[in-house]
Amino acid sequence: MREFELVRAASVADAAKSLAANEDAKLIAGGTNLVDLMKEGVETPGTLIDINAISGLRDVTMSDDGGLMIGALASNSAVAWHPDVQEHFPMISQAILAGATTQIRNMASMGGNLLQKNRCFYYPEENARCNKREPGSGCDAIEGINRMCAVLGTSEHCIAANPSDLCLPLRALDAIVHVEGTNGQRAIPIEKLHKLPGDTPYDEVDLRHDEMITAIEVPPSPIARNSHYRKLRDRTSYAFALVSVAAAIGVEDGIISEVRLAVGGVGTVPWRDEEAEAAMVGQPATQEAFSAGAAIIFRETKAYSGNGFKIDLAKRAIVRVLSELSGDAK
Amino acid sequence: MKRTTSSFEVNGTRISAEFDTRTTLLDFLREHLDLTGTKKGCNHGQCGACTVMIDGQRSLACLTLAALCDGRSITTIEGLANGDKLHPVQKALIEHDGFQCGYCTSGQIMSAVAMAKEPWGESDDEVREAMSGNLCRCGAYPNIVAAVQEARAKIAKEQPDA
Ligand SMILES: Cc1cc2nc3c(=O)[nH]c(=O)nc-3n(C[C@H](O)[C@H](O)[C@H](O)COP(=O)(O)OP(=O)(O)OC[C@H]3O[C@@H](n4cnc5c(N)ncnc54)[C@H](O)[C@@H]3O)c2cc1C
Ligand code: FES
Ligand code: FES
Repeated sequence: MREFELVRAASVADAAKSLAANEDAKLIAGGTNLVDLMKEGVETPGTLIDINAISGLRDVTMSDDGGLMIGALASNSAVAWHPDVQEHFPMISQAILAGATTQIRNMASMGGNLLQKNRCFYYPEENARCNKREPGSGCDAIEGINRMCAVLGTSEHCIAANPSDLCLPLRALDAIVHVEGTNGQRAIPIEKLHKLPGDTPYDEVDLRHDEMITAIEVPPSPIARNSHYRKLRDRTSYAFALVSVAAAIGVEDGIISEVRLAVGGVGTVPWRDEEAEAAMVGQPATQEAFSAGAAIIFRETKAYSGNGFKIDLAKRAIVRVLSELSGDAK
Repeated sequence: MKRTTSSFEVNGTRISAEFDTRTTLLDFLREHLDLTGTKKGCNHGQCGACTVMIDGQRSLACLTLAALCDGRSITTIEGLANGDKLHPVQKALIEHDGFQCGYCTSGQIMSAVAMAKEPWGESDDEVREAMSGNLCRCGAYPNIVAAVQEARAKIAKEQPDA
């Protein structure tokens, strides 16, 4: 691990100032992703800014209109077990609990979860080619081991999937990511936070170097009470998703009134396709309608040697979850 | 070498030390304090052998920088027993033969102790899910689940409010 200086930030402004003063500095929250990658030599910050002592960033509060405001330093566990989250946004709670393990969720922060790095086999491999780790070196996953990689949103330079479970319900619910830098505060819609790899796969998120995530806002969504997160993986627990589905649905008199749907394990960014949702609205809540919606999501895929199976698996998972949820809703 | 100073509590004892900023809590416990009950399995957050309590929450010592523990309170496997009186989870693991080589055992115990206070359900499936962060290469899982179930019931009886 490269040597680094440790700085303790007392406030958000303090953290932003330290970042702005030092190109080589990184924030550390739970450290579950960063410390691991520092050991691998993938992350080599010269300064770490510990943000854990900043007060006021651990609260989870529900507003009168039914939205959530979640502090960036709230632990993944605290949010997953929060009674309001469990009752009003079950898919957020389920997605968090489907990720990692209790030990990791206790340490992991909400802000850190949004920014966790991909889990492509070649990313931490020193001797492999990876355009995220070493821009311009190439991508060994395209013709190599790509079972965990994406089939949507890939480019000839990178096919790594976004691994976050949490990001899927947040994407489905149009969450807003609040950030603060030396120039003040910004609110970033979560769909704008993660960038497609394109020609610059190393440029991953729409955050300036001096900006820190302070909170995640989830707007009210009455149908989110009837939501579910289903994760399919190589073992029952403690594994990243091959395919996952975050879904909420409203059904009135047998007709779909609203759908919110994001799919994991398949996209280079947390994947949602509003066209598919729009196509389902107004249709009878049947497997045919869900299946037609799923087909829209996967109308333009690029499968690789080891991950083509995900397309059918994901479509079937979508149909299954929406069918179960609409059964519940009747 | 870049150094930092931190103070925290380990098993009730106040520690103040200066060390390389890169030191993980796991290495600090094992190499600086000679508390070798906490094990290094994978060193990458994947096996749970290094599980300790930080401010009462089970955590992975291998992914925790010691410098980030400033002001916190840590409990390791060495701090669990009360003198010669074993913690109910320790007793249950022995009674149920919940290990073979024992390498994962202190992590399993720390996890099980923490789990008893977390809002999990009571089925064996819930125990397996709640304990899934602790891998056992010897495959002692069935006996570990049995031990955890017995200890959990005992703890609930002894400390109904805990
Ligand atoms: C063995 C293992 C299994 C896992 N399995 C899963 C899984 O199945 N599903 C899943 O979704 N995740 C999984 N994870 C990933 C885990 O969810 C993340 O590591 C965790 O959420 C990161 O949060 P953190 O606070 O520890 O981040 P850190 O490691 O502290 O930081 C991660 C990144 O975010 C930056 N950062 C942190 N906080 C802020 C902030 N407030 N503002 C701006 N930047 C910030 C840091 O600079 C760093 O670049 C797993 C991790 C491990 C080790
Ligand atoms: S040694 Fe920490 S999880 Fe394996
Ligand atoms: S008893 Fe050997 S690893 Fe679990």
